Amino acid sequence: MQNNETRKVTIKAFRFNAETDYLPYTKQYEMEVGKDDLILDLMNRIKWEHDGSFSYRRSCRHGICGACGIKVNGKPVLACKQNAIELLDLFDNDITLEPQSKKRAIKDMIIDKGDFWQKHADVLPYVVADVDAHPTHETKQSIAQFNAMLDSDLCIQCGSCHYACPSLEANPDYLGPAALTAAYRFTIDTRDEAGKERLELTSKPGFGVWDCVKCFECAQACPKEINPIEKITKLHNMQFEQGIAERNVATKHAEGFLRGMKKTGYLDEADIVLYSEGILGMHKHLKTAMKMMKSGKIHWHSGVPFINSIPEIKNLSEVQKLIEISQTNKL
Amino acid sequence: MSKLKYALFTGCTAKQSTPELLSSTLAVAEKLGIEITILEEASCCGASHLQDFDEFLAHVLNARNICYAEKHGLTMITICNTCQLNSQMTKHALDTNPDLKARVNEKLAEVGLEYKGTSEIKHFLYALIDDYGLDAIKDKVVTPLSQFNIAPFYGCHNIRPSELHEHSNGGENPYVPTSLDRLIDALEGHPVDYESKNKCCGFHVELQANHTSEILAGNALVDAIDNNADMVVTPCPLCHLKMDTYQDSVGKVMGRDIEIPVLHMPQMVALALGATEAEIGLKFHVSKAKHLYTA
Repeated sequence: MQNNETRKVTIKAFRFNAETDYLPYTKQYEMEVGKDDLILDLMNRIKWEHDGSFSYRRSCRHGICGACGIKVNGKPVLACKQNAIELLDLFDNDITLEPQSKKRAIKDMIIDKGDFWQKHADVLPYVVADVDAHPTHETKQSIAQFNAMLDSDLCIQCGSCHYACPSLEANPDYLGPAALTAAYRFTIDTRDEAGKERLELTSKPGFGVWDCVKCFECAQACPKEINPIEKITKLHNMQFEQGIAERNVATKHAEGFLRGMKKTGYLDEADIVLYSEGILGMHKHLKTAMKMMKSGKIHWHSGVPFINSIPEIKNLSEVQKLIEISQTNKL
Repeated sequence: MSKLKYALFTGCTAKQSTPELLSSTLAVAEKLGIEITILEEASCCGASHLQDFDEFLAHVLNARNICYAEKHGLTMITICNTCQLNSQMTKHALDTNPDLKARVNEKLAEVGLEYKGTSEIKHFLYALIDDYGLDAIKDKVVTPLSQFNIAPFYGCHNIRPSELHEHSNGGENPYVPTSLDRLIDALEGHPVDYESKNKCCGFHVELQANHTSEILAGNALVDAIDNNADMVVTPCPLCHLKMDTYQDSVGKVMGRDIEIPVLHMPQMVALALGATEAEIGLKFHVSKAKHLYTA
């Protein structure tokens, strides 16, 4: 079916009222969808023509307030920005409107975003500075200093990346991509004086940047194309640049890649675990290591694991030289 | 069809804990008449962890790898999603940022190399589908996989972020990926449709956030099993490692037994093309998989 047609479709919607319902359910609504209809138009149509109790947040209709963030078949969208036909084409005319987080649903598309705002507040999302009450001149920034923010100041706090993040789903303590993007935005700001505090906060295991699973769901989800994981990587780098990174399993895992690369050009898979965990931490991996030895995943035919079992790349000296002249950070 | 030629970037895993990935890749290439030049000079891609430590250094080292594909005048193919992502990220960064390209080339000049940007980078999965073609693969099937329900597990780094990959993965939509499903179809297997096919396996936080890692892998494995899959197949050896090697500990976290073979994408193709048992290398799996080979 072409994008420029009007079509009759059945739209499904997640329905749940925390005050009256024990479990959520799905309802279906038949409607005509035109080529210029947005997902928000479909939600308005459900409310105005089918069921006045259908509830959702909306405000600006310009993709700048972030209120109408929902998911459609698991894909995070801003309802006021997302063309409906585009999604109908993508999902074979079978779409279900869902809240950003089903477990946080209060009423239909409306969720409790308390966790999102708490994490946002945790990272000091403002410029911290002693400002003269009667300044005689502006605090100027160069174009380069402004550009270093990498669009992070365009975040509209819609929650699309936050509720798409699988790490947050598994570990509710994790700050998540939106809060970390805000942390980057203010830490890189030349007018701010709380960068060290934020970097220390965001370096905490189980809470900060080291819990990012690198799935790029946040980069895919962001309706403003901000690419949160890019900022998370910058925060990682800044921790090393500014000497804030403490020696722990996560930081050693990142820095430890160079050990094998200097020696053979490859990551040494066995050594990286030993180096990151330390000898005392290796007990956690013994059972798995035994199984890997049994199957041949850790193998002896090319040498002794941890000692000389890794092949060497050709022209290894080039890699060694490049590490020597290009490395900018240390642990 | 003119003979396809590629420069193969093996990555680290295929040289160490997953030798079956390299042997099955080479077997598939041989069966299909694809010419492979292994980039013996290529180093680790940094796997996104070196990037966390020192992003500039990671760009320099990845640019060096691409230089060797450029020297051969060939497209560089990868057999690991994470190698694909990190190589592609460096290529994109250098091709779109002249200042960064100049700074990287300044370093590369010290070892007599120059990054030009003339080689494309593509995962072997998309080389098979987009360059060789599914119909041509179908013609080569000698052992149809018709007895198997196969759960495709795409892995994150081939499909996200979609804008980065759109020229190398045939415009795969990360919310509705189809390439592996279509490949399974071509091999006459039965693709399993399940929600977790495009989700994260948790591999990259195995050490520092183990519980998160186990939950993510568990969700995917349980989903595949509950949808009657006989095996999971993935183009990423890191997804394979997480999902094949840790089934016992993942099962404990999920509160149930988990046992399902997790194959590399080239192993599945090699099975259908009639490769030998040694080439397919199912003996290297921690979770029982040898029964899948029927000579």
